[in-house]
Amino acid sequence: MSSDRRYPDEISGPFPTPPITFTDAEDRDIEIRPYDSTDHEYEALAEMYVEFDPSDRAQGIPPGKEPRIRTWLDGILADDCYNIIAWDGDTAAGHATLVPDAEGDNFELAIFVLQEYQQAGIGTNLMEALLGYGKSVGIAKVWLTVERWNHPAVSLYKKIGFETTGAENFELEMAIRIGEDAA
Amino acid sequence: MDVLVGIGSPDESVAALERTARQAAATGDSVTVAIVGDHPAEARERLETESSSVADDAGIDVSIRHLDGDPGSQLVDVAEAEEFDELVIGGGSESPMGKITIGSTAEFVLLNAHTTVTLVR
Repeated sequence: MSSDRRYPDEISGPFPTPPITFTDAEDRDIEIRPYDSTDHEYEALAEMYVEFDPSDRAQGIPPGKEPRIRTWLDGILADDCYNIIAWDGDTAAGHATLVPDAEGDNFELAIFVLQEYQQAGIGTNLMEALLGYGKSVGIAKVWLTVERWNHPAVSLYKKIGFETTGAENFELEMAIRIGEDAA
Repeated sequence: MDVLVGIGSPDESVAALERTARQAAATGDSVTVAIVGDHPAEARERLETESSSVADDAGIDVSIRHLDGDPGSQLVDVAEAEEFDELVIGGGSESPMGKITIGSTAEFVLLNAHTTVTLVR
C-alpha cells in the first residue's frame, strides 16, 4: 500500500469511455455506464453482491453478509471514487471501481462479474471502460492486487497493460499507467 | 499456555495483543510480547508503553522484549527455541478498497512456524 509503488513508464490505451454497449458471448445486450448514485442503481448493485458466489470472493471482498456488503459499498461508492456498472436490462451483471489511495492521486482497481455473466467478455469490457473513464477524469496511475494463483485474472490484467510491480507476498501487485503525471 | 505475541510491524498491530490479553485474563495464559521491526528509540518506547497499558487494561502481567532483525524469522525462532504453545500476529491490513493483504511477516510465519499460529483480524 506504499506510495513508492512503481508504475510503468509507457502509457497504455487508448480505452473507450463509457457509456458503451455490446453484445456478449451469450448474445445478451450489455450496457456499461457510470454509476449515477440513485437508490435504484445502489439497490441493484447490493442485490448483485447478495447473489455473488462466495467462492468467487477475493481477499475478503465482497463481504459475505448483506449489512457488511452495504457498509463496503458505501465506502467504494463515495464521491471520490469512480464506479461503472455493466447492465443486462435492469440487472447489474458486473461492477468495476477505482478507489483513491490515502494520498488521493493514484487509484486501486477492483472488478466483479456475477457468476452467470462470467466468461462472456464482460470483464474485459468493464476493465477497458473503467480505465477509459479514469483517463477522462484525469487519473494517470492505477494499481491492483490479485491472488497469485488467479491465472485468468492475471492474464486479463496483463493483456490490458498492467505490469507486475510486487510479487513478494501472497498477492501479486500490478500497476498500469493511463496518463502523464501531473506537472 | 505460553503465548508469544508479535507487534510492531505494520501488520503486527497492537490489536493482536488486545485480543490475546483479553483471552489471557480469562484463561490464565502467560503472555510474552515481542516488539519486532527496526524502530527509532522513541517508537520502541511508545510500543512498549502501549503494550503495558493494554496489559494493565486487561488486568494481566506480560513480559515485553525487543527482537532485532527480520521480524518473521525472529518470531519463528523464538517461538520454537523457547517452546511457546502459540504465536499470535496481526492478520493483514486492508487496502483502500477493503482488500485484505497479508504482509511478508505473516506470510513467512505461516509458512515456516511449527508453532500454532493465530492471525488476529
